[in-house]
Amino acid sequence: MRTGHLINVLAEDAAARPSFEQHFVRMLACGIAVAAVTFLLLVGFRHDILTAVHSPRFLFKFVVTLALAVTASAVARRAGDPSGNIYGWITAVAFVPVLLAAAVALELVAVPSGEWMQRLIGHDAWRCVVLIPFLSAGPLSCLLLALRQGAPMRPGFAGAMAGLGASGIAATFYAANCTDDSPLFIAAWFSLAILIVTATGYLAGRRLLAW
Amino acid sequence: MLREEEWADLMRAGMAGDAIAYRQFLISVTPHLRAVAHSYKRSFRAGESDVEDVVQEVLLTVHLKRGTWDASRPIGPWLTAIVRNKLIDTLRRRGRHVHVPIEDVTATLAAEEHCGGLKAFEIDGLLSQLKPRQRDIVQSISLDGSSIRDTANRLRMTEGAVRVTLHRALKTLAALYRAGAP
Repeated sequence: MRTGHLINVLAEDAAARPSFEQHFVRMLACGIAVAAVTFLLLVGFRHDILTAVHSPRFLFKFVVTLALAVTASAVARRAGDPSGNIYGWITAVAFVPVLLAAAVALELVAVPSGEWMQRLIGHDAWRCVVLIPFLSAGPLSCLLLALRQGAPMRPGFAGAMAGLGASGIAATFYAANCTDDSPLFIAAWFSLAILIVTATGYLAGRRLLAW
Repeated sequence: MLREEEWADLMRAGMAGDAIAYRQFLISVTPHLRAVAHSYKRSFRAGESDVEDVVQEVLLTVHLKRGTWDASRPIGPWLTAIVRNKLIDTLRRRGRHVHVPIEDVTATLAAEEHCGGLKAFEIDGLLSQLKPRQRDIVQSISLDGSSIRDTANRLRMTEGAVRVTLHRALKTLAALYRAGAP
């Protein structure tokens, strides 16, 4: 086929389409909606939610998980743009573990050392490690689908950031169910669950996001 | 610089649905894609048609990924990133591990224009792997120069269905390029 003929074909496929950015935002909203519905139908709020909202430890969980969801999703979006600059948002993502480490330090000061282990192990760590990846499935699928419309220079990295953003969304919902509020618990078990989802995103990205 | 602004204007109009401007963008950008591919010719198995294979694959990629260009930013760096990434990919697939420095692509994008409707052969093999209906539509538009409407009439499909099938065919074609080592 002559290149001029190929151009004929491409020009006929010129209908206006949503930009990658619009598409990404839509798919992000879709992922959040899927996680919300799954949460409300199958997981639900913890029973003492009305008293828990007065606890700074309970509220701090959302600070960490929301910060992760927002910053990692922003990096994922920019990772899908071949000329996009991700470094500002990467710094913001790196700030999330710093925030958590500071909370852990405060907790170690505030709580006598005899209680550390009990707070670290919590009530139901496995539930956390299972439910966060479970709730991530919807948002991760949506973000990966969105990135397939993009042109990520590093598919594995883009997939990992989609996993990080999706697990941030999932962890935000799960935090409203989980009765363990200590930063020690968050640092151990939420992190493990988030790591699992991020690794899944990395592997999926390498397979699905090449273009 | 002026040329980049012209490309950006054409692409902007094209993304808003102006097919004539978009076509003009593709025609105008092709010689530069060809110049970049030529500068790496030694990395391919020799031959003009191999270069043209790469030009066509890069054109298809630019087309399918145009939604990632942020219309408020200059088009040059975006185009360079797409072309560089695709060149690395296609050279690697063709059995050579080649480092493509970003400066070279930028420099060559500004290089002298080549012209002519060159022919490539890889795409014909890939077209034969499409579903019959997808292939019919692509061939109808490419060879006979038919419009979407003519093609729809001839194949007794709605225009919408032809558009959807055409777009899927192009995405499949891109996947076939990625999968197939020549």
